Amino acid sequence: MTPEQAFAEAMKFENRPNPYPFFDELRKTPVARTAHGIYVVTGYKEIIALAHDPRVSSDLRNGSLLAMIRGGDSSGAPSDADSGMAEMLDKYGGDTMMILSDPPDHSRMRRQAMRHFGPPHCPDLIPSMEEYSVRIVNDLLDKLKGKHRFDVVDDYAYPLPVAVICKILGVPVEDEKQFHVWIAEFLGGMDLGPEAATEEGKRRQAKGRESRTELTKYLIGLIERAEKKGGEGMIAQLVHDTGPDGRMSSSEILQNCILLLVAGHDSTVNLLAHCVLTLLRNPGSIDKLRKRPELIPRAIEEVLRLESSVQFFPSRSALSDIEIAGTTIPSGAPIFLMYTAGNRDPAQFPDPNTFSLERDAKESLGWGAGVHTCFGGPLARLEVNVGLETFLRRVRNPRLVVDPPPYRPSQIFRGPLHCEIEIDGIEDRGAS
Amino acid sequence: MITRSLDAFKANGQIVIVGASLAGLRGAEALRDEGFGGRLTIIGDEPHAPYDRPPLSKQVLEGWVKADRTKLPHRREIDADWRLGVAATGLDRTKKLVRLGDGTEVPFDRLLITTGVRARQWPNPAEAGLEGVFTVRTCDDAARLQAALAARPRRVLIIGAGYIGSEMASVCRKLGLDVTVAERAAAPLAGALGNVIGAIAAEMQRDAGVDLRTGVSVSALEGDSRGHVCRAHLSDGTRLDVDLVLASLGSIRNVEWLDGARLAAGYWGLGCDAGCRVFDVHGVVTDDIFVAGDVARSPHVLFGYQFLSMEHWDNAVLGAAVAAHNMVCEELDRRAHLLVPTNWSGQFGVNIKSVGVPSFGDEIAFTQGAVTERRFAAAYGRNGRIVGAVTFNQGKWLQHYEALIMRSSPFPPPPAGFDVPADARSVPADFPPRGVGAPDVILTGHDPNERQAELVQPPR
Ligand SMILES: Cc1cc2nc3c(=O)[nH]c(=O)nc-3n(C[C@H](O)[C@H](O)[C@H](O)COP(=O)(O)OP(=O)(O)OC[C@H]3O[C@@H](n4cnc5c(N)ncnc54)[C@H](O)[C@@H]3O)c2cc1C
Ligand code: HEM
Repeated sequence: MTPEQAFAEAMKFENRPNPYPFFDELRKTPVARTAHGIYVVTGYKEIIALAHDPRVSSDLRNGSLLAMIRGGDSSGAPSDADSGMAEMLDKYGGDTMMILSDPPDHSRMRRQAMRHFGPPHCPDLIPSMEEYSVRIVNDLLDKLKGKHRFDVVDDYAYPLPVAVICKILGVPVEDEKQFHVWIAEFLGGMDLGPEAATEEGKRRQAKGRESRTELTKYLIGLIERAEKKGGEGMIAQLVHDTGPDGRMSSSEILQNCILLLVAGHDSTVNLLAHCVLTLLRNPGSIDKLRKRPELIPRAIEEVLRLESSVQFFPSRSALSDIEIAGTTIPSGAPIFLMYTAGNRDPAQFPDPNTFSLERDAKESLGWGAGVHTCFGGPLARLEVNVGLETFLRRVRNPRLVVDPPPYRPSQIFRGPLHCEIEIDGIEDRGAS
Repeated sequence: MITRSLDAFKANGQIVIVGASLAGLRGAEALRDEGFGGRLTIIGDEPHAPYDRPPLSKQVLEGWVKADRTKLPHRREIDADWRLGVAATGLDRTKKLVRLGDGTEVPFDRLLITTGVRARQWPNPAEAGLEGVFTVRTCDDAARLQAALAARPRRVLIIGAGYIGSEMASVCRKLGLDVTVAERAAAPLAGALGNVIGAIAAEMQRDAGVDLRTGVSVSALEGDSRGHVCRAHLSDGTRLDVDLVLASLGSIRNVEWLDGARLAAGYWGLGCDAGCRVFDVHGVVTDDIFVAGDVARSPHVLFGYQFLSMEHWDNAVLGAAVAAHNMVCEELDRRAHLLVPTNWSGQFGVNIKSVGVPSFGDEIAFTQGAVTERRFAAAYGRNGRIVGAVTFNQGKWLQHYEALIMRSSPFPPPPAGFDVPADARSVPADFPPRGVGAPDVILTGHDPNERQAELVQPPR
């Protein structure tokens, strides 16, 4: 199998539940040129090197991915097979969010956002979400009392991070019904795989475009309201920022709020669902964690290693020729750092496909690497920890109904669409 | 060793570790990890279980963490005989035993030396003995100093602006204390990072309200009638009223207990090969004596095989692991201690990190960021290759420079694609001239076959 074929297979929807054999195939060439001249990186140490290389940009305006896809076609129009990718890049084009920018703008935006989110300026915000999170998950389980079957994704993993990020940003949680659909459709429309060319794929992209517009309009509404009336939460704080770096431009505020709203819950849902799925696939691990709850944080990192919520982020490109692993990535080429593949690189993680509570998976790429390393990691860890700990304590004898469960379409943000389980019941809150 | 099989040694041998701190503890753990099942004795002159030092000049002095709360976590069971609060006073290589201050002797098959360094005291003993004059190396030092700072002295004088002196000055400003820093060189951190970076560090200190005086030394300290320090005399003739003095004058290797053992021990530390095996006074490698941590000095392939002592945390941890491995393995399995050192420091709100050996370089080039914002990376070069790098609030890029240093990549490195500094030319890094230590060793005997090395006792 050529690297190009292996990558296409790994991106195919039907392989979403288990793309790993194709990543193993790809890793034989740790830095491989694939379709459209995209360099796909699957070796752990190569990913680390490129994530820290100041000749690799995250700013799509630098990358020629868009131009190349269009320019490669003599008519100048995107071909059907490419439109999915061009589409997504268009969506992310225009003004930048921190994840699509380079220093110094990136560093500035990250500081401006961090000022209202974490230490040293706001050391208490994340810890203050713990009690709220515990209440939410307990309420969710109370509602499931008397049932013998539920969906870990919709009934448990999803509501928690959404409620928390809404509170942090100052987004009314009642609006969740609207933006839930928009976000799902918008992410579903970003298809980097062969299915983008199908009728269904095209329909999804069109829907995605519409939804992205709706979401943007909605957030602009919130920003304008905060401008006039102030209010609680990061949106208002960013709008009225008087910090040492001043205020972000309005479009930066918009872009970063979209980023925080989406990145702020989507990956957390996937990780919590994957935690339940992985534990149920590994008999004995639930009992072990119930007996030794202090191992839960380690279990979470290990699940993130095995089932990376963010498989990669397709923003990067080379700003000059870069020699690595016997390959020269030419200046301008797009680069995909496949965190999910690096996380199963046997050179870094012996016996990489095995879930092990003995492993110290802290060096995993699940949170990314370099200056774009996840901004919300401490919050996500807290949420998943509360969610998993409470699940283990209160859900009696959980069993998977189907394995593998159906997956969501996105290649970037990988997670189950649903994860049905059967249970013997829900313990009372106080029970241990 | 050849006469006994390795297996027998691993099962029933005796290993003694002298120095019960970071390198000693990690070495002991690594020995057990490596399958050493024999008798393990750990000797330390401090009464405390091993603790961590970096917080002592940072969180502890700021009052965040109590001085007795920086104990090092144990990574595993060690099952060792701990002899704490008693110093090793001698090494008998013929009888293979360590003599202790309480008169006892501990025999060994193999010995690991991790006695580290101590703070250089203010050279005038009477003045050093005044109340209110401090150094900081141990947790007891830090506890006393923390209490003295909490009593809010009117003015603190810090003598020497290396990493520890500079961190201390930052702490004083955070606590709202008036502080003067006197540094003989042209700038703070000049010894570690050169005057180009030192000038930036100087600006940071002055902006934070430190009364920084460079190019001057302190010539005398004066006490009041109660024996408390009250005044300092500077080499430029000025006098300064102070009620707390911190001497941060660098360190002295703890090697005196090895006097007479005819090992390559002296002012610069205890010499060893890249596998942590100690050299004797002639530079011949010993079989059963190993060294790790701050006290060790070994040749490094990346830096012209020059002997380096690396007084860094990661050097103690990695060196101890390599030493432990080599103490219990066959010759062909020996590993080398090939650390690319990293160091970190927090001061004046800036996170400073370095990698490689900046002071090995003679040129510097700013590679990323903006000096004016104190957010930048710079690389150090020597003979056209990169040997070190430093970052101010740009630590996330450090790994890139580490990779370049490991490959001995050309200097200046390839330009970054973004956030390129206005002036990226390379300039002299401007390190102060290295002090020449007293000679440690001389040769005697006329005929080459009769030559002997004799250690010279440096003035102590
Ligand atoms: C205030 C401070 C801040 C620091 N900050 C940083 C930092 O930010 N980053 C960094 O990388 N490093 C830092 N360091 C350096 C780091 O702490 C050292 O590199 C590390 O402690 C070295 O460990 P070691 O075990 O080799 O030596 P040491 O920690 O010095 O331990 C040696 C031990 O041996 C004992 N000993 C000595 N002689 C004898 C004897 N004859 N018999 C018995 N016992 C003996 C000593 O009392 C001591 O307990 C800092 C050090 C200090 C003091
Ligand atoms: C389990 C949950 C999560 C996972 C696995 C995850 C993973 C990641 C990864 C891999 C990146 C790097 C992207 C890149 O390579 O460019 C990233 C970036 C980011 N994440 Fe997360 N994330 C999670 C939760 C969150 C949460 C809860 C928030 C917000 C509160 C958040 C906000 C961000 C932001 C803003 C960035 C961009 C950072 C930058 O560009 O500097 N994430 N995340």
